[in-house]
Amino acid sequence: MLVYSVRRLLQSIPILVMSTFVIFLMVASAVDPMTPYLTKRPPLSAAQLQSLRIRFGLTHPLVQRYWDWLTGLVLHGSFGTSTQTNFQIGQQLGYAFEVTLRLVLGAILIALLLAIIFGVVTAVRQYSKLDYAATTIGFLFLSLPTFWFAVLLKEWAIQINEATGAHIFDTLWESSPNPPSGFLPQLWDAGQHMILPVLTLSLLSYAAWSRFQRASMLEVLGSDYMRLARAKGLSPTRVLLKHGLRNALIPLSTQVALDTAGLLSGAVITETIYSWRGMGLFFIQAIEMADPNAVMAWLLVAALFVVIMNLAADLFYAVLDPRIRLA
Amino acid sequence: MPSRVNTAGDTLDSAARQAARTNREFAVKARTQRQIVFTRFRRHKAALLSLVVFVLVVLFAFIGPYLWHTSDTFMSNDIYTAPDAAHPFGTDSNGIDMMASVMQGTKSSLIIAVTVSVAATTIGAIYGAVSGFYGGWTDTILMRIADLFLTFPIIAVAIMLDNRFAAEASSLWLLILVLAALFWPGAARVIRAQVLSLKEKEFIEAARALGARDRRIIFRHLLPNTLGSIIVIATLTVAGTILTETALSFLGFGVQFPNTSLGLLVTNNQTAIEGGHPWLFYIPGVFIILIALTINFIGDGLRDAFDPQQTRVRA
Amino acid sequence: MSVEKPGLGAGEELLAVRDLTVTFPTGDGDVHAVRGVDYTLRRGEVLGIVGESGSGKSVSSLAVMGLLPKTARIEGSITFQGEELLGLSERKLMKVRGKKIAMIFQDPMTSLNPVYKIGFQLEEAILAHNDLPKQQARKRTLELLETVGIPFPEKRIDQFPHEFSGGMRQRVVIAIAMANNPDVIIADEPTTALDVTVQAQVLESLRVAQRETGAAMVLITHDLGVVAGQADRVLVMYAGKPVEIGTVDDIYYNPRMPYTLGLLGSLPRLDANRAERLTPIQGAPPSLLSLPPGCPFMPRCPLAREMCAEQEPELLPTDDPDHAAACHYSALLAGKKAEEVFVVSAADTDLPESYGAEVAGVTGEIATVPEQPKAEQAE
Repeated sequence: MLVYSVRRLLQSIPILVMSTFVIFLMVASAVDPMTPYLTKRPPLSAAQLQSLRIRFGLTHPLVQRYWDWLTGLVLHGSFGTSTQTNFQIGQQLGYAFEVTLRLVLGAILIALLLAIIFGVVTAVRQYSKLDYAATTIGFLFLSLPTFWFAVLLKEWAIQINEATGAHIFDTLWESSPNPPSGFLPQLWDAGQHMILPVLTLSLLSYAAWSRFQRASMLEVLGSDYMRLARAKGLSPTRVLLKHGLRNALIPLSTQVALDTAGLLSGAVITETIYSWRGMGLFFIQAIEMADPNAVMAWLLVAALFVVIMNLAADLFYAVLDPRIRLA
Repeated sequence: MPSRVNTAGDTLDSAARQAARTNREFAVKARTQRQIVFTRFRRHKAALLSLVVFVLVVLFAFIGPYLWHTSDTFMSNDIYTAPDAAHPFGTDSNGIDMMASVMQGTKSSLIIAVTVSVAATTIGAIYGAVSGFYGGWTDTILMRIADLFLTFPIIAVAIMLDNRFAAEASSLWLLILVLAALFWPGAARVIRAQVLSLKEKEFIEAARALGARDRRIIFRHLLPNTLGSIIVIATLTVAGTILTETALSFLGFGVQFPNTSLGLLVTNNQTAIEGGHPWLFYIPGVFIILIALTINFIGDGLRDAFDPQQTRVRA
Repeated sequence: MSVEKPGLGAGEELLAVRDLTVTFPTGDGDVHAVRGVDYTLRRGEVLGIVGESGSGKSVSSLAVMGLLPKTARIEGSITFQGEELLGLSERKLMKVRGKKIAMIFQDPMTSLNPVYKIGFQLEEAILAHNDLPKQQARKRTLELLETVGIPFPEKRIDQFPHEFSGGMRQRVVIAIAMANNPDVIIADEPTTALDVTVQAQVLESLRVAQRETGAAMVLITHDLGVVAGQADRVLVMYAGKPVEIGTVDDIYYNPRMPYTLGLLGSLPRLDANRAERLTPIQGAPPSLLSLPPGCPFMPRCPLAREMCAEQEPELLPTDDPDHAAACHYSALLAGKKAEEVFVVSAADTDLPESYGAEVAGVTGEIATVPEQPKAEQAE
């Protein structure tokens, strides 16, 4: 198990290195820091533009710029300087990421829970009314546009708030403008702000995962070892949960890892609706300001997150399935 | 007929036996695969219903504009009218009839989605088949490249590309390209997995033994056997594209004026609920949901229909 | 060829199956998998159930264990030590399974749960019916592993199924079956998925299991060789119905149903004259979806006559009351050998003329049609 973990860890490194290269190329071709300056009125002089170019390092060859960035990253832990603001990219991104992480992890947790429960129940009671109902609802959620649903939820929440007079839902920002002091009150405050966004994001993921879990569970239910377990005289519940579930969870863990990037996308959209100051806002602002270092930093963090999630899923898979530890 | 030698049954009336044999026709005839798939699909009620609704929507989008009394560019004086006889979907802030807008939007969204789906599925399937077939280093490298596409959030890449090619963004082609580039790795992955297991089957070994070349094995033997998966993926990609396009439009990227799409319609009317004319927000949204939902059901029905292992009895 | 078992026929009646019918509703109609099976099993005896795939032999045994899918329609009666098993609640059935009646399945590669250790799966079987401390369960597990012939049981007990070979896995399954000293062991094609050399080892383990537990055994197989070495009595099934039942000697030396005769004739034997040809049975078993009236074996039977097409023969005793056969003309078969009834040379299909075209379809090239093999000559 240990050997397997270390091996997977080492395998992730080349992926990350390749990612940095791809990121750099993408951003170098797509994000030009000179953009806001080129359209300034009154227009800047050629000399001023050139000095800006030098400041931004644009006069150096591509490979050198890549190398400078990479070494700065690995050796000094620096994301480079922002071309527009005075803020530390690292610090800003850190805060933004923490905010988004709340959303993503919360959504994964709830979605997984719902998916496993519904997946198992609908598989066991295949073709029952419950199965049809759950499947239809699941399909509905699968077909909802994220932001349309989010806007809808927000509207209803506001209406509920007004109707009941109580401040049940917070629809704006990830925390109140004047947060209460103390750890627990702050946690509670953050929690209250999290309800709607997490609900939005998780309901959409749960639908896909529960169908997947249902299919996986159905396959397990038909296998020989389930039959042998019943032939031993074990209770149906034990057979289902102890023998069936563990095998059925294996494909799901891989699927969750694969969907991580998609979840990040969904998070970006959800954040925007609820005006959270997370990764979504950071990215859009960085693009609008044409700040390549900030964009690269964002992409790197996103890629890192996905790689880590993949790693976690692989390790979890190995915990569930001993056969894979040899691979 | 083999000859008989001194059997106890030599005294048999062989004619009677022959007659008895020909009467024993089996009542169940063998069916072709296409027939099996169709029959199975027909049993999936939700998928059938969805197919009907989807066809209606397509007709609405493509034929509707020719039959409807206004176009989506005509600005009348009736601003913000609620749904009524003349304007079943109401009008917007410019007095434009929503029904016409929705027709055009649906048409546009469908064209984008289907084009993306065909492109992404074709590329993905061939890529995945080649990768799975050759295995080894080829497979590893090809799949790593595909994984790279999957590592970055769709939204980020789309936004960046859109930003860079802002001038060309008014063309739908960029959007189609971006979306296809984002959906093909998924298809590649699934087809590759299937090819990996098909590769081990004896009929591939037999084809090799008979002298078939690689290209022929891939295109003539492997890919046709993944047809079921390909169709399902293509269907679901259409749904995925519609939803992704909506998201992109919301963020300000994706389809831009003068093009239209359902996503754009919803985005432009996102404050409509508070503004007191909720239909402007709901109706295009409902259409998006309708398209995605029906396609998802159809894809599910197709998946059930193609699944060779489905022996489960319908209650 | 038969093994003398003392007190045969005098043992207590353990399992009685009467008129068992199992029907599966499918999209194409009802599949009549089992159409009226009767047999009794006494303590200490081995009943071999023989038949082709689709004859209903596995389904009838699954019905005994109550392991058929919920959609199956089961009629008839299955009594174990006098108690009716059909219709019993799940809780009561749980107490019977693994403790009174145990089952061994066909494919050892998939019968064991891949994610749990062997030891765990064995202990689980023991602890399901006995309230023992874990230590004792583990001890018993080691004993069982040793009994079935697994080398180094202390090491193997903590290993996973994928670390075992097919034959060893099947022995573990046998160990699980004998764990609680059941009264009946049902072995459903235990050696079909294994190599011949491994078969012998597994059959030996099976014999040991029977000896140690004193259980009666139902041995289901399509391999007549296996049955000859293990069984006391044999039940031959065809198209969901029993067509002949009797002692091993009766069946092998005095078959009274053409199908049984045909089966024996198509068995290659090491001690046969090389010049003797096999006598295969032409055709294939009928579809259980739409069985025409009359005897299901009729299309393949060399003795078939008009009555065979009209009326399905019942299982009636022959000159020996313990030996019954379902054939209108069973009397005609007394003392006959297979090659006297069936034809010696048989080819179900000839090489199609289109053979070359098929090759072209696969490779995309025009291939020369290979030399058709000449019709076989008699030596």
